[in-house]
Amino acid sequence: MHIGFLEFLGYGFIQRALIAGSFIGLICSILGVVLVLRRLSLIGDGLSHVTFGGVALGLFLNVYPLYVSLPVVVCSSLGILRLADRARMYGDAAIGIVSSVGIAVGVMLASIGGGFNIDLFSYLFGNILSISGTEVAASIVLSVLVLATVAFYFNEILSITFDEEFARASGIDADRINAILVILTGITVVLTMKVVGIMLTSALLILPAATAFQFARGFRNAMAISAVTSVISVLCGITASVVLNLPTGASIVLLNACFFLAAFLYKRFSGRRSLPAA
Amino acid sequence: MPVDVIAIEGISYSYGGIEVLSDVSFSMQRGDYIGLVGPNGSGKSTLIRLILGLVSPARGSIRIFGLPNTGFRDRGRIGYVPQKINFFNPHFPSTVAEVVGLGLVNDSRRKTAGGSTGQAVEHALDLVGISHLRKTLIGDLSGGQQQRVFIARALVSNPELLILDEPTTALDPETRDNFFNLLHQLNHANRVSIILVTHDIGSIGAFASKLLYLDKKVVFYGSFDEFCLSAHMTSVFGPSSQHIICHKHG
Repeated sequence: MHIGFLEFLGYGFIQRALIAGSFIGLICSILGVVLVLRRLSLIGDGLSHVTFGGVALGLFLNVYPLYVSLPVVVCSSLGILRLADRARMYGDAAIGIVSSVGIAVGVMLASIGGGFNIDLFSYLFGNILSISGTEVAASIVLSVLVLATVAFYFNEILSITFDEEFARASGIDADRINAILVILTGITVVLTMKVVGIMLTSALLILPAATAFQFARGFRNAMAISAVTSVISVLCGITASVVLNLPTGASIVLLNACFFLAAFLYKRFSGRRSLPAA
Repeated sequence: MPVDVIAIEGISYSYGGIEVLSDVSFSMQRGDYIGLVGPNGSGKSTLIRLILGLVSPARGSIRIFGLPNTGFRDRGRIGYVPQKINFFNPHFPSTVAEVVGLGLVNDSRRKTAGGSTGQAVEHALDLVGISHLRKTLIGDLSGGQQQRVFIARALVSNPELLILDEPTTALDPETRDNFFNLLHQLNHANRVSIILVTHDIGSIGAFASKLLYLDKKVVFYGSFDEFCLSAHMTSVFGPSSQHIICHKHG
């Protein structure tokens, strides 16, 4: 297929995919920096499994899956926090419990419902090229909400990410900030399902941040590098997938992985180091 | 009558049914420099966590600057250097200036006065002698340099009360001496009240105005001279140590 770049951009489905994908890639990269530094990378994976259950419930009830999975995932994200706090267990165990319940519910509903397995499969691997105008609008609104919240609480988020005990001693309500962070993560995971699919959601949270940490000189700088990496990966991944007729979600994730590998190798072999401490 | 910086009355605290602090009471006035000592597991760090409001006592009350510590919001008046500096992620991509600035995040006095964050950070870095490291990543510093960053973070809000939980463990002797001189200067010139948790009893004798010996309860609270003359000195450190520690002080 040989088409010009302007002609390529002229397609409505391409425009919608590029716009929604950029916003969602942006919020994944920003939250990813916080989650990776807090060793909570796998909360994205766990919540994406819950999204699977939410999507199955939506299809089972014949309600648009986004409307069902969004509240289900947000409630589950708060449930993970509550479980870790009240059931005397580390966060990874709480994530494991909630995510496995999400998968089990999804499989059970798919088995009972029978006829919607094909729809469910499309959510597992994403299909950003089929995103509707309404979904684009929802993605933009929710992405702006996530970005505005992170900007508003930026210093508090940095403080609890670096040293939660000091943040609490400084009077920061760490429990509230943690709850806000997991809610934002839940929203982001549900939106990301459309871009790369449930199976690859955590990659979009982790890889841009991991790339940024190879070069970043400051927390803001890490978020900026992560954002640029993520948005370029989404734009190039969508373009490559259309031009080369490849799966879009996998293209985006593999491009992100290439960026990470290049950054890692460059740092390792170029001898690039941080400024020496005097 | 001046308000006590800290007033603690009859607090007790338990971990999993085991009482680690029992009926602890003491007060601290403005300008006091208290050395908090005691054996491992004596409840020193727990007492600090209680004062900071990180945990709540099972019984008793804690007042900070005349207010119950649970409702005390003006946290910029307190500077805190935690014990466990090695618990932070060494790959964290923050610069020294960014970390020091965290001491101002919840400083309501600065927000009201509209002071410059950058100037406050520079001043704090100057105080601990690491201005040249402001753009260096925190993970690229030595343990001693990192400790100075955390001390600068505690000082950046210009606190009236400094709480330091074994702050000199990672410092070389020269830096440690400079640090004690800095605390002495802050205590004398600015009347900053200080609680210093340490195992270095000699440094308490040289600089602190009071000694609080804790072993799940208050064993001794008074001046270092009184401690040297008391039976607690020999019972805790032995007769030979008494001669060395108190002679060094004299």
